[in-house]
Amino acid sequence: MKSLSRALPLLLCLLANGVAAADALEVTVRRSFPGASDEERRTRLDQDEVQALCSKHRNRPPADVAARIVESQLQTIRYPEDGKLLGDWRAGEKLASIGTGGHIGRIQPDPADRKKGGNCYACHTLAKKEVAAGNLGPSLTGIGTVRGNGPEAVRYTYQKIFNAQAFFPCSSMPRFGHSGWLTPQEIADAVAFLLDPESPVNKD
Amino acid sequence: MRRIVAAALGLGVACGALGGDQSASEAIAQYRQMLEDGNPAELMELRGEELWTTPRGPRNVTLEQCDLGLGPGVVEGAYARLPRYFADTDRVQDVESRLLTCMTTLQGFAYEDATRAWYKAGSDLEALVTFIATRSKGQPIDTPVKHAKEVEALAVGADFFYRRSGPLDFACATCHSQDDRRIRLQELPNFENPASARTSMTVWPAYRVSQSAVWTMERRLIDCIRQMRYPEPELGSDAIIALQVYLQHQARGGVMQGPGIKR
Ligand code: HEC
Ligand code: HEC
Repeated sequence: MKSLSRALPLLLCLLANGVAAADALEVTVRRSFPGASDEERRTRLDQDEVQALCSKHRNRPPADVAARIVESQLQTIRYPEDGKLLGDWRAGEKLASIGTGGHIGRIQPDPADRKKGGNCYACHTLAKKEVAAGNLGPSLTGIGTVRGNGPEAVRYTYQKIFNAQAFFPCSSMPRFGHSGWLTPQEIADAVAFLLDPESPVNKD
Repeated sequence: MRRIVAAALGLGVACGALGGDQSASEAIAQYRQMLEDGNPAELMELRGEELWTTPRGPRNVTLEQCDLGLGPGVVEGAYARLPRYFADTDRVQDVESRLLTCMTTLQGFAYEDATRAWYKAGSDLEALVTFIATRSKGQPIDTPVKHAKEVEALAVGADFFYRRSGPLDFACATCHSQDDRRIRLQELPNFENPASARTSMTVWPAYRVSQSAVWTMERRLIDCIRQMRYPEPELGSDAIIALQVYLQHQARGGVMQGPGIKR
């Protein structure tokens, strides 16, 4: 009954717009998470424009849409207050292996204040000594050795981690800074982990 | 990882016999071999069969008249043909959802009682699903897409598979639409690829070594959704059923192997 009263106005609105068939998915999503609070729906189920476009095009956006995404996502990038884009590589190394934080629901939720990590190792090889590395993304081993840690490389790497889709529309990589999952300071630490010559990403 | 596997199965001795550079899946393949017919899921299957044939609930009847899609009481091959449309509920239902229909209508259980702690290791629902799935061993996956609601569920499931949301921008497709990908060391099936979909879908429910529990497909999907940082979907909800229609459709023709063993 509760879910009906939620779904009904949406359904009527969709019918009025003549797009009911295409949005059977949205009705299904509305109905299938009855335990979610309004806040959880807004932040975890509702889509922003980029998510909607990438879903619609199944991550292969046509050129004009791709260009629109890159442009809008570049605008989202924010920098640390002290302006330093190269932080502490040791803190960055920690973030790279933390995969917890932000789980909700009755089943194995995280405490609300549990630290969220970047979980870079889920998708990337970084320091060679860490063999439990995924391969959804490219290997980043030695990236600092190849690209150096000059201002250009630092700026690009910061921006990329802040919002991967500012360079690669519909990338599988989360937009860590844009979503607020990582703070600008944490992103600067991740940049240092990737680019600092002393970091295990670039040593041995 | 290997140590967890060994400890969970009480196979500490065998652990040393494994080479150092095996992938997780090779190690598990070896355990499968060693266990031969001894998958712990078999205990679940037996318990499920007992639950199926024992008079229970306020009406004190068995589930033996439950219609899983092939007629009242037919268990053989039913799982391989689910989810499907049921006229009495006017819904596409998967095995859990259908069992709950039978437990509430035939046995008279209150829905809350039938679903209480369903996701905990050893729940009645888990046992019943394991029993039913085992009775499809050797049968090809053949989920019908004929009724209008089945057609719609397939479309919704496919769309959901690509639907991105949440703080990490994840969709199922983020992790499951390329061959030979891993999250850390965990190998990811590619559900766009029918061969990979078949390999995966034909061995569920599965005994999960890392959890010391049998997980049904619903349980598996709900955990992926948890990892995506979405809210917890409802058991038997339309989204979970639609996803299964899509996954089964991708895996159609794959021959059910009976409960598997997974990391
Ligand atoms: C869910 C998987 C995923 C996670 C988690 C992830 N990435 Fe990525 N990353 C990718 C993919 C896929 C690409 C390639 C596509 C692209 O460029 O966006 C990529 C690309 C990159 C690049 C660009 C490489 C280049 O050649 O310019 C950098 C830098 C990067 N990731 C850093 C990180 C860092 C640091 C983290 C952790 C804070 C991280 N990634 C977490 C998937 C991921
Ligand atoms: C962030 C990555 C990620 C996302 C997103 C994701 N999964 Fe998974 N999925 C995994 C991992 C990791 C496993 C476990 C592999 C293992 O244990 O070896 C898995 C396992 C599975 C399995 C069982 C495969 C098998 O045979 O072992 C299925 C089915 C599945 N996922 C479906 C889905 C669906 C449907 C969605 C979307 C609702 C989804 N996943 C979203 C990472 C993901």
